[in-house]
Amino acid sequence: MSANSPVSSPAALRNMQEFMEGIWERNPVFVMVLGMCPTMAVTVSAMNSISMGLATTFVLAASCWLVSVMRHMIPKEVRIATYIVIIATFVTVVEYAIQAISLEMSEALGAYIELIVANCLVLGRAEAHAAKNPPMPAMLNATGMGLGFTVGLTMIGGVREILGNGTLLGISLFGPNFQPWVVMVLPPGGFFVMGSWLLLFAIYRARKDRNNAALAAQGASHGA
Amino acid sequence: MVRESLGQILVTTILSGNFVLAMFLGMCPFLGVTHSVSVAFPLGLATTFVIAIASLSAFLLNMVLGPLHLEFLRLICYIVVIAAAVQLVEMFVKKNSPSLFRALGIYLPLITTNCAVLGVALFQTARDYDFFQAITFALGGGAGFTLALTLLASVRERVNLSDVPSVLKGTAMTLMLAGVLSLAFMGFAGIGG
Repeated sequence: MSANSPVSSPAALRNMQEFMEGIWERNPVFVMVLGMCPTMAVTVSAMNSISMGLATTFVLAASCWLVSVMRHMIPKEVRIATYIVIIATFVTVVEYAIQAISLEMSEALGAYIELIVANCLVLGRAEAHAAKNPPMPAMLNATGMGLGFTVGLTMIGGVREILGNGTLLGISLFGPNFQPWVVMVLPPGGFFVMGSWLLLFAIYRARKDRNNAALAAQGASHGA
Repeated sequence: MVRESLGQILVTTILSGNFVLAMFLGMCPFLGVTHSVSVAFPLGLATTFVIAIASLSAFLLNMVLGPLHLEFLRLICYIVVIAAAVQLVEMFVKKNSPSLFRALGIYLPLITTNCAVLGVALFQTARDYDFFQAITFALGGGAGFTLALTLLASVRERVNLSDVPSVLKGTAMTLMLAGVLSLAFMGFAGIGG
């Protein structure tokens, strides 16, 4: 990617940057707004969000690695189809793994595990990053993106679980008198919580830009 | 399991079980192309067509894969068939209606990665629908998708004319609007039975 990695920095630092890029600077959920279908549908509780995030992280890392390894062998014309088949293979692996680990979780996430195939984040990373980079940075970048996705999902799922159910990770927070705000665990709550987070980040960014403008002088770092 | 009637499936998928507003399928075009009704509506129709084809192909695939005990290949087969179907639709539209082809542009091939298309195949398999139920589910889902897209596009066209705080502009606003729409659609719960 063009935004980071100055040429002079040592390899370790660059790898670190590749890894961190997805967690904060270009967080897939809040900055790039990719992969919304699973984001909203399964984030009714923090635990669901974490499982979904980790499943996506695995698919992302594994398929980006394979795409990167095979990047000189795949003909340009059929690359998207090839990527999709690679991704679908790993999603099938994850689906059966989750079924083996916890049938309960597999039922809670349902068809949305298989829908990771249609997650634009995975295909987007394969096309935009893995296809142009060697396996190691590709995998680091993908893992970072996946973890950023997990963090984003958990932030939405946590809020929805606290407000809609009065619990976090199944632990009751407010005692028996809590009146649950049921709409938060229903579909509209997903839109509202996601919208509120984006609003908060927009306010944060606007304030940061204003401060930067006030400091003026250098104007070197500027969150786009 | 009680078999749902065709009418029930149709009403549910259009209203209370709307693909976008209740099941969060097809969020990318929902947020991406709802700037104006004139784009949202044709895209909705094209997607409906692809959803119907995907549903049909998934049904046929299940008939082949089931007896051969190859269920683990299901996902890969679905996605390949859907990609091929989208390609066919693209060629058909290009040949028969070049003006529509130009209007839809990049969004036509992007239907391949639309969760609603893959979702319909997965959900009809998970719910064990028979042939007519599957087709009704697909057509209702497509109609619901078109409805949600058109509604949000209309609302956004109106909001564009009003004075919105600058931090709220963009995706945050769209999500809030979608939330209100979703809330309204929840009022239909129970109609389909």
